[in-house]
Amino acid sequence: MIEVEHLVKSYGQARAVNDISFKVEKGEILGFLGPNGAGKTTTMRILTGYLPATGGTARIAGFDVFEQSMEVRKRIGYLPETPPLYPDMTVSAYLTFVAQIKGVPVAEIPNRVAEAMKLATVAERKDELIKRLSRGYKQRVGIAQAIVHNPDVIILDEPTVGLDPNQIKEVRGLIKSLAGQHTIILSTHILPEVEVTCDRVVIINKGRIAAVDTTQNLTTQLKGGERVRLQANGSAEGLRSSIASIEGVRSVEVKSGADGLVTADIESGADLRAQIAARVVSGGFDLLELRAVTLTLEDIFMQLTTEEKAEAKAEAKVEEEAEEEVEEKAEEAAAT
Amino acid sequence: MRGILAIFRRELGSYFVSPIAYVVTGFFLFLTGYYFTSLLTSVIEYSMRAQMQAMQMGGPPSIDAPALVIRNFSGFATTILLFLVPMLTMGVYAEERKRGTMEMLMTSPITELQIVLGKFFASLTMFVAMLAPTILYHLIVSQYSEPALPWKILWVGYLGVLLLGASLLALGSFISSLTENQIVAAIVTFVIFLMLWLIDFGGRGAGTTMAEIMKYLSLLQHNESFAQGVIDTSSIIFYLSVVSLGLFLTLRNLDSMRWRRA
Repeated sequence: MIEVEHLVKSYGQARAVNDISFKVEKGEILGFLGPNGAGKTTTMRILTGYLPATGGTARIAGFDVFEQSMEVRKRIGYLPETPPLYPDMTVSAYLTFVAQIKGVPVAEIPNRVAEAMKLATVAERKDELIKRLSRGYKQRVGIAQAIVHNPDVIILDEPTVGLDPNQIKEVRGLIKSLAGQHTIILSTHILPEVEVTCDRVVIINKGRIAAVDTTQNLTTQLKGGERVRLQANGSAEGLRSSIASIEGVRSVEVKSGADGLVTADIESGADLRAQIAARVVSGGFDLLELRAVTLTLEDIFMQLTTEEKAEAKAEAKVEEEAEEEVEEKAEEAAAT
Repeated sequence: MRGILAIFRRELGSYFVSPIAYVVTGFFLFLTGYYFTSLLTSVIEYSMRAQMQAMQMGGPPSIDAPALVIRNFSGFATTILLFLVPMLTMGVYAEERKRGTMEMLMTSPITELQIVLGKFFASLTMFVAMLAPTILYHLIVSQYSEPALPWKILWVGYLGVLLLGASLLALGSFISSLTENQIVAAIVTFVIFLMLWLIDFGGRGAGTTMAEIMKYLSLLQHNESFAQGVIDTSSIIFYLSVVSLGLFLTLRNLDSMRWRRA
């Protein structure tokens, strides 16, 4: 559905997009992941025909985005970073206007508008002025705008930015529900978002593609081995040596906290959780916590984008894991 | 055509929900209304004096009071337009760029020409809505006018004001398309209009070629023949050229924005 080949965009000397190629199949959700300024927005703007590329080609549904821009524009729905809204219009009037300029046949406009409002769950405030809506609502009106003409391809630039956790969940759910009938590209710098919503990921950094794969593959490929984190009561050195003596353990890092608790990060070739637990208990330690650590996209992302700073990476990782725990807990709480 | 109509309707709607359009229209009607009444008083006085003179000297009164009112009135109306039109056009493209809606328009299956024409005709319609109530002034006067109101001069005068307004709107919209800041757009538009007005003074009297050129370029100069009830084809062509130039430059600018955008 979308074919991008050797796409280049230069601004003077600087290359915002440098030789990017990827494909998206019909009905897929592709995540475009990268830090701010990586070239995500530029790539999306080229795909929508808003910007011309300096080199390379991009095709949507078989049409070249530059040569056959009008054909492409009929087939895409696009939500830019800031939703393109007219604050003095009501939601339904605005969507009617968008449907008109997107070329929806007059007879179908009321139905399409109602459908888009239903999907984006903004129907109950359709007669309200857009300027009176909250940030989350505006974002959803922006998404309604992108789907009102039932396009083949939907391009969403940071669709969840600035939303609160509940709204993020809603928007992600909405995006997932649109897949299948529509092909979707979404950009984000929030990693869990890609894990939750996307089938495939393009990781982009400094205008170049760092990795393209399915979300699952990326995680397993870069994961390497098993990781276990445990917390126990007792002497740090004793804990370290007793765990290190288990067969199959590759490395143990031990840290004692101020409260007398010891935290150990264990890397191993296979799942050794049972053995580790047995050894810790039989060694006379109070086992307080034991869990498998799965490598998140965040870790992968760090590995791919900041190889040169190994030390800084290690530190950042610890911090991130702490953040993750908080996030995971929040997500669990939201799920229940 | 559908694209133009969609842009036109949205744009016109936006005028009627924004306070600026009401303020501008209100000011315009207040100023023209005030001017019209004081003009009427002085013309009546003047014609009475002329009548008295004519009675003393013998022969019919020699002034055409209604035509005098129409001529002075359209001269005044065109002058305030220089001040008010920048406020109507300042947001036309600047706001669109600032809100990010330009990005949506430019990625929709409509051409830049459709955007430009839709917006121009919307601003022209707004302008007509602002100007139309002033015809009432003349209608009221026509009930009591002696000699009868010269309708032809009146309509030709309004045609002149409409053409001038269209030129100002096209130029103002172009300036608005150059910036994201509507205040900047308003100020630049105002200064340029002022210059186009002042050129007129520079061209007066002097007989040099330069003065002739400046006189020709003056937007207001071309309106004088209309105000006297004369349809001057060259002036019509002049105004239509200015409109086309403004729209063309806007079009080129929208197009080039694609290439310049950083």
